[in-house]
Amino acid sequence: MLWYTGRRILQMIPVFFGATFLIYFMVFSLPGDPIAALYGDRPPAPEVIEQIRAQYNLDKPFIVQYLLYIGGLFQGDFGTTYSGRPVSEVMAEAFPITLRLALLALFFEAVAGITIGLIAGLRKGKIFDASALVVSLLLISVPTFVVGFVLQYVFGVQLGWARTTVSGDAPFNELVLPAIVLASVSFAYIVRLTRASVADNLNADFVRTATAKGLSRNRVVRVHVLRNSLVPVVTFLGVDLGALMVGAIVTEGIFNINGVGGTVYRAVQLGEGPTVVSFVAMMVIIFVVANLLVDLLYALLDPRIRYAK
Amino acid sequence: MKIKKLGLVAVALAAASALALSGCASDTGSGSTEGASSSSAIITTNGSEPQNPLLPANTTETGGGKIVTSIFAGLVSYTADGEIENEVAKSIESDDAQHWTVTLNDGWTFTNDEPVTANSFVDAWNYAAKLSNAQGGSYFFDNIEGFSYDADSELTGLKVVDDLTFTVDLAAPEADWPLRLGYSAYMPLPEAGLADMEAFGENPIGNGPYMLASDKAWVHNEKIDLVTNPDYKGVRTPVNGGLTITFYATQDAAYADVQGGNLDVLDGVPDSAFETYEDEFGDRAVNQAAAIFQGFNIPGYLEHFGMDEEGELRRHAISMAINRDEITDVIFQGTRTPATDFTSPVIAGWTDKLKGAEFLEYNPEEAKKLWAEADAISPYTGTFDIAYNADGGHQAWVEAVTNSIANTLGIQAVGKSYPTFAAALDDREQQKLTGGTRAGWQGDYPSMYNFLAPLYQTGAGSNYEGYSNTAFDDLLAEGSVAQTVEDATAKYQAAQEVLLKDMATVPLWYSNVNGVSSEAVDNVVFGWDSVPLYYQITKE
Repeated sequence: MLWYTGRRILQMIPVFFGATFLIYFMVFSLPGDPIAALYGDRPPAPEVIEQIRAQYNLDKPFIVQYLLYIGGLFQGDFGTTYSGRPVSEVMAEAFPITLRLALLALFFEAVAGITIGLIAGLRKGKIFDASALVVSLLLISVPTFVVGFVLQYVFGVQLGWARTTVSGDAPFNELVLPAIVLASVSFAYIVRLTRASVADNLNADFVRTATAKGLSRNRVVRVHVLRNSLVPVVTFLGVDLGALMVGAIVTEGIFNINGVGGTVYRAVQLGEGPTVVSFVAMMVIIFVVANLLVDLLYALLDPRIRYAK
Repeated sequence: MKIKKLGLVAVALAAASALALSGCASDTGSGSTEGASSSSAIITTNGSEPQNPLLPANTTETGGGKIVTSIFAGLVSYTADGEIENEVAKSIESDDAQHWTVTLNDGWTFTNDEPVTANSFVDAWNYAAKLSNAQGGSYFFDNIEGFSYDADSELTGLKVVDDLTFTVDLAAPEADWPLRLGYSAYMPLPEAGLADMEAFGENPIGNGPYMLASDKAWVHNEKIDLVTNPDYKGVRTPVNGGLTITFYATQDAAYADVQGGNLDVLDGVPDSAFETYEDEFGDRAVNQAAAIFQGFNIPGYLEHFGMDEEGELRRHAISMAINRDEITDVIFQGTRTPATDFTSPVIAGWTDKLKGAEFLEYNPEEAKKLWAEADAISPYTGTFDIAYNADGGHQAWVEAVTNSIANTLGIQAVGKSYPTFAAALDDREQQKLTGGTRAGWQGDYPSMYNFLAPLYQTGAGSNYEGYSNTAFDDLLAEGSVAQTVEDATAKYQAAQEVLLKDMATVPLWYSNVNGVSSEAVDNVVFGWDSVPLYYQITKE
């Protein structure tokens, strides 16, 4: 197990370099001169633009720019934004907020999704099951930004229960509404996934055996049905953490949250290589770590799965 | 013992007077309580993260601009109508429009108690103009003697006479030069700032109506907190306690905040609310013309669109094929005003009576006729496109305009989308366009000259499509040396008649400022530059 974990962590190194190189190349290939575009319709003198380009190494060939960036990384320098701020500072502000938002969303979709999915699976074909299916279908088909605007208008503007936008520190209580919006689509998938898996397992041999042994219904559901049904759900949740961090772009825009999504969006528009690459690399790492955790969780959920050398 | 007693008495007196004062405040008539509460109230408003550190000469975009003009006071400031009022300047005088003498008012200080002197301006301007300082607004000083785009050079045209007087020698006469001086690039800087510009840009020390609330007032990407500057001596004395400018990534989020009562003043309404905001906000909604001109350019290097008879016929035909009234109504819900010249209705000298203004009216028969005449010279085949950047919300109107052209002239016309502004700019700079390109201009200062020279003068900085006409250049030069404002205006209008004849830029409309404010605030007036006059706003 330990060996397995170590090997997986070592694998992150090529993933990291591969990802940063590709992303850096893509940002570099964006058309247009980012410095000239910074000034819009009012260009300063070409000499001024040249000076700023040199300052950000934009006058050098791609590979030199990339190596300078990677070299900086080893000295703990993530580069600077075009407004002169260290990227590391921007990351330290943005990541905790988005991570909090994504984890809160993950919590909502896991707790509510698994609970509702379990009940629906146990009462397959009944009215609760039918309504859960209809609601989840609705959530899957309505785009996130529509859900976002509607909830913002109803709960923020009309009822005044929540703030319309999230303030700078993004405390947990203000993130509840955006997290629900962010969770909505995945929540629907988890309901359906859990329901199907529970319904399947209810008819499985080991459940029949457990019931025949005289175990209480409660214990059968908890230990035998639910635990076995969670394997696909946990896989989904692990992959979803990455998706949530990316999907936060829309939600963060609607609720003016100062997180990863908005920062990356702006940085791509400005063609700020170091910012985009540092942020995306960090997202890649979170994604890979989340997947590793999922794989490790399998062993806990299903003892038949064991990782050896 | 005695001392202790005295102390007790003092405490008692202080307590009593405090009680009396607070009692007084709550007892007096509503008028004065209102004044008392509003003069300490913080107004919240929208903004965007400044692109650069807050150095006045390096702040050329609106997000940083509204902060810089709030925390600095220049020689003059602008009224809501775009006229200048003296701030630090006592007088700005010249006999020949070329050699100016600026006298300052005594007693102004920066918020670090440093006095505002002639050196504060001369040093700041020299810093701004110096090539190696790479300030985005350096070109604002290119009309001062000694300016160079090629090498570091001192502005030899600036001379300090004494603490409160300096002289400015311009390279050429410019009658409305003082009109520029309220722009952020011309703000004074304290010595403390010039010593360490990097730290200064994070935490600027100004002399304006407001100042940063603390050295951590600027929370990046989030907001900036400003409070009133007690030492401010100018004409923009705040009647509120300060400003919190919250940075929004989207106008939609800001609009939701005004609706939800989290924001007092919003100076831009999102497209999605164009249809409803005036109903919803009633007299707290603003929809008035702003100093923003929008149109599209048809480069003279395109086949069939050269600066000759054929090209001219085609340009006029295209312009007359566009139904501006309908598009501003349907696409923009009346938040644009159809153009009749190349400036803006808020600029003195704007007119709808120029010779050639009829080319800006929808006239399908005439348009078809002109196009046919051009076809007689050389038949047109192919598709006419208008380039636009997809990241700026231009798609809807570009499609409407090209549809209008296609339907009227019976040719193919389409929008050509570029992903980003940078990508579109690239093709414009390298003169590789395959058709027209959207173009816009927001005035830096309220002068006709600022709407004409940077865009259409031969070789000017923002003249990307390479338009050049000596008749226009001459009229512009004559206008800038004119002795009276009337003469200057006449020249600038004549220069625009040249533009209407050549039509290298097809004027479309002026953008309006669309703002709303919450019930918590009063006296929200928008300036000529679409920014509310924050110092006038009161809050209950």
